[in-house]
Amino acid sequence: QKYYHYVHLFLQVEQVRLLDRFSNKSVHGTLYLTATHLIFVESNSNNSASAGHEVWILHHHIASVEKLSLTTSGCPLVIQCRNFRVVHFVIQRERDCHDVYSSLLRLLRPVCYEELYAFSYNPKQNDQQREEGWQLIDLGAEFERMGVPCDQWQLTDVNRDYKVCETYPRDLYVPVTASKPIIVGSSKFRSKGRFPVLTYFYQEKKAAVCRCSQPLSGFSARCLEDESMLQAISKANHNSRFLYVMDTRPKLNALANRAAGKGYENEDNYSNIRFQFVGIENIHVMRSSLQKLLEVTGTRSLSMSDYLVGLESSGWLRHIKAIVDAAVFLTRAVTVEGASVLVHCSDGWDRTAQVCALGALLMDPYYRTIKGFMVPATDASYYSIRGLYALRCDQLDGDPKEVSPIFTQFLECVWQLTEQFPQAFEFSEWFLLQIHEHVHSCQYGNFLGNNQRQREELQLRERTHSLWAFLMSEKRNHLNPFYSPAYSEAHPVLEPSTLPYHFKFWRSMYHQFDRSMHPRQSILKTILTLKENSRKAESTLQALESRLQQLGVVPVATSDPPAPPPTRDQLSNSHSLPPRPDSLILGAPINHKEVQRHEEEDEQEEVGEEATESTDTERTVEGSSGTESRKQSYGELEGTYNSDLVKEEPAVVSLEFGVARMTC
Amino acid sequence: MEFAEHIKTANVEDVVLRQPLQPPSRGTLCITGHHLLFSDREESDSRQVLLLLRNIDAIEKRMSGSSGTITMKCKDLRVLQLDIPGMEQCLNIAHSIETLSCLDCVSAMYPFFYRPVDLSLPEQWGLSSPEMHYSQMKELYEKWRLSTVNRDYSVCPSYPPAVIVPKSIDDDTLKKAAKFRQGGRFPVLCYYHKKNGMVIMRSSQPLLGANRKRCKEDELLLQAVIEGSDKGYIIDTRSMQQAQQARMTGGGFESKSFYDRWKRFHRQMERGKALQESLIKLVEACGDESNNMDRWLSKLENSKWLSHVQNALSTAGLLVECVERDGHSVLVHGSEGTDCSLLISTLAQLIMDPCCRTMEGFLGLLEREWIQARHPFQQRCAHSAYSHARLQQESPVFLLLLDCVWQLWRQFPLALGFSEALLLRLATEVYASDYGTFLCNSDQERCALEVKERTHCLFRALLRPTERDYYSNPLYERTELAIWPSVHPQSLQLWKGYFLRWTQQVRHLEEAQEEIRNMVIEWGKLARS
Repeated sequence: QKYYHYVHLFLQVEQVRLLDRFSNKSVHGTLYLTATHLIFVESNSNNSASAGHEVWILHHHIASVEKLSLTTSGCPLVIQCRNFRVVHFVIQRERDCHDVYSSLLRLLRPVCYEELYAFSYNPKQNDQQREEGWQLIDLGAEFERMGVPCDQWQLTDVNRDYKVCETYPRDLYVPVTASKPIIVGSSKFRSKGRFPVLTYFYQEKKAAVCRCSQPLSGFSARCLEDESMLQAISKANHNSRFLYVMDTRPKLNALANRAAGKGYENEDNYSNIRFQFVGIENIHVMRSSLQKLLEVTGTRSLSMSDYLVGLESSGWLRHIKAIVDAAVFLTRAVTVEGASVLVHCSDGWDRTAQVCALGALLMDPYYRTIKGFMVPATDASYYSIRGLYALRCDQLDGDPKEVSPIFTQFLECVWQLTEQFPQAFEFSEWFLLQIHEHVHSCQYGNFLGNNQRQREELQLRERTHSLWAFLMSEKRNHLNPFYSPAYSEAHPVLEPSTLPYHFKFWRSMYHQFDRSMHPRQSILKTILTLKENSRKAESTLQALESRLQQLGVVPVATSDPPAPPPTRDQLSNSHSLPPRPDSLILGAPINHKEVQRHEEEDEQEEVGEEATESTDTERTVEGSSGTESRKQSYGELEGTYNSDLVKEEPAVVSLEFGVARMTC
Repeated sequence: MEFAEHIKTANVEDVVLRQPLQPPSRGTLCITGHHLLFSDREESDSRQVLLLLRNIDAIEKRMSGSSGTITMKCKDLRVLQLDIPGMEQCLNIAHSIETLSCLDCVSAMYPFFYRPVDLSLPEQWGLSSPEMHYSQMKELYEKWRLSTVNRDYSVCPSYPPAVIVPKSIDDDTLKKAAKFRQGGRFPVLCYYHKKNGMVIMRSSQPLLGANRKRCKEDELLLQAVIEGSDKGYIIDTRSMQQAQQARMTGGGFESKSFYDRWKRFHRQMERGKALQESLIKLVEACGDESNNMDRWLSKLENSKWLSHVQNALSTAGLLVECVERDGHSVLVHGSEGTDCSLLISTLAQLIMDPCCRTMEGFLGLLEREWIQARHPFQQRCAHSAYSHARLQQESPVFLLLLDCVWQLWRQFPLALGFSEALLLRLATEVYASDYGTFLCNSDQERCALEVKERTHCLFRALLRPTERDYYSNPLYERTELAIWPSVHPQSLQLWKGYFLRWTQQVRHLEEAQEEIRNMVIEWGKLARS
């Protein structure tokens, strides 16, 4: 019995076709709509023994549903997901299509937090395990690791009741010399009350990275408290006589804000600041840039020229580069010049968060480990301080103007860095993709709510689970096999090049679910398997040696080897291997039957193709019959060393078990 | 030595050398007939740089006061700079480099002088010969024979002395068919697909001319190729329009009325000057320091290099589709049959045939398709992307092949027995080499100059144990399946390892590759213990 037979089914539609995005291929199957998922199960016409291909789409992942006009073959339904999956169904009867469409619309947007998945998700953990999961993130300990509090920086309780700034967390670090009146005064002069607070402390040079929102300076307003606040930050660092103030907006935007009574710091009013614009565009520009990018890359039979022109005109890589440029500037200021830096944009969340987190990642090797990455880069910089998180990711039905791919962008910047420094990061691309997946899945409590206050009200720690616990338990699958702690020791501070040709299109993210785009074999996966096998071989060897010792036998070098070294095939077929996530990027196995069927289809297609002597005899190999099916035929090969890893999207599947149990 | 007249100043002291990825160093510069030698004066860990003058593509000199600066742009895309004291010395050095780096006389080139102590001149030059290749392919015996009609290069100057043709066609027919093909390059077998007995043939264009001549012998020859099958395919690497225009100059294509069982596909592939210009633009874009994303992407697009990569791979894909999936034989040609035809037949073999994916297999394939079947290396690789010289016959077809192979390796990192390092080495050697492999334009010229007797063979050198270890792919795992590449633009990438070779970031990638090798070796040891 299939698990989806247990759960509450809203709808079941037979005879649905799933079209491939980049070819003329399609598969037939059945569509199921449950309380949480839209599921497509391929019908297996040839052989009932082999399970058909399945597509699981979490409602939370769906960004838009579109019903296209009726065609002869049925009614098309196009669904775009936030994890960049695009599915195109054709449903035979218009009425069925309409049912699916309207039910989806109803289910798509929960109106209150309690309807989110995280509140019903149950990964079979007891309360203690859950509590431990949440304890992985401890901001206090994190600041302690950086050496704070110290003689210059202290914890302030000024925001104890979220009175001074509603969107800030309770615990904040400020200079010792910043008294409460100064803080409160400064917060009144800052947009949304977000006064300057410490976000990263570079112990070696005692230089601080602080963040805030834009000052309410208008054309000429001043605030003495704010000026002394900046003075206090500057004075807390004896290594530098001045403080950098980085405004991450383009100058034009900042100027425009002055008319609204906001703006930027006037160098004449503040003693010893160096003011700098870095020109990162706002969320609206970023949103439409990503939209353009996806439009281009979603084109069928895209030519190389159109692709590159589209990549350029979308501006996406330009924006990515701007963020990395800003982070590099920040890093140089702190690590080379030893100066403290205050970063802000408009309200001090999006751009400021990206730049601070990325800067910290460049400065501190700890953040480039799996454990390190989760604590500060996402939680601290990201949303404890930052807020508006839910809005940006569109978790609840909010203002579409406030939705923006800020977090995706941050992950992409990190990915670009991992590509430049293959040995510097403990985690692989798969880790970043998993995080991205779950930011939108609302399966874990980590990314819910806009600020600490709201999160406390929602009792997230008590009522939901932590993603990091899940990621840590899956740590082995997220490792970067090339990671070298020695490299990190030798290069504690990364100095990436931001020359344009070092930025690439992130295919594994934006074409995550387009199997045909990806390499057919994965170095990463192979190396991980090899590493795992060798680790096993080593422990077997040790066990045997110690056994021999117990028996009083001295191992002789010339004696028979204890066991023939298992080959890659043997080992991966045994059940002892850890379950490895099955991403398309890592090369998911393809069903053999499916392969055959596809090949047969191809033959038929080719019969119809004729080369004529007329003007245009060119067949399209790219994108159409040829390429697509070819890749399928390669599936056999992948299947050979990977037969026990067939389930797609393990996280979602395990999630399903939880639901099944709940509703039974 | 006759080079002496070009060397007025052989030694200069106190020269500063600046090269990518290394701090500048001060030392002695020395010019010889074939090399530029620099050794720094550091007592400890002294470094020497030995640069083949042939590798220098262009130089720029700048004088300031009593000293001068020479910037040397190499064919391996490295840019070196020399600060030389003394105006006269600087001019002399610049003159020597300019002259000696582009000597035309083949027999004066370095491979004829290269005599490493640990290597004696080989008894057998090259990895194989057409005769050996034929004798190893027992499957061929039934329907194919080895013809020595070209033993004195009289039928086709650019073919090797022995070629494989259908058994039913005699040498006289071949001679007549050769007259009907440009440069005498009549259709010969280049690949036999063991799975279904289908073949890839290769030739130059038929000489129909404006009045649509025909040639019975050529038709017979092609008919014999598809004996027992219902049809064959012809892949013409020109567009329909280009092929028709070729008739005006005496060329053309196989018309339907005379070759009724052959179906033609036209796939326009860029060649010649356009390809060279594409390379020049790409290299220029890679050297652009303006740090502007839009500018870079637009220059990358404008160079069209990646379009050529995509086009070559998808045409090769079409060829494989015809042979492997559709199960029919294919004839490939463009106009001369010495550039794009070789490119796609090589790629197709790599995609289909697991034997071609080992290191020996790949080098053997290159030898068969590019050395024996004649790619005019001398003409095509005289200059690379930096040269200011007027373009003549230069065209980076071989480099395009290496780029395509690299793309294949990116998509199938376990399926090829060799590593990126081998591709990089070949890309360097083809422009400037110690070895005789890429000298001359044809087998005939090679014999005339006694290349095979008087120079070392690169391919054999690469297969020596130490080199082989270095250039092999540690993750290689043989697969019998065809490796169909994805040709979506999103799946193809700029070959950073080559075009951005001299940047720090690419070094990081190389280190990671090295790391893979070490890990695999270590695990291998563990498994053995």
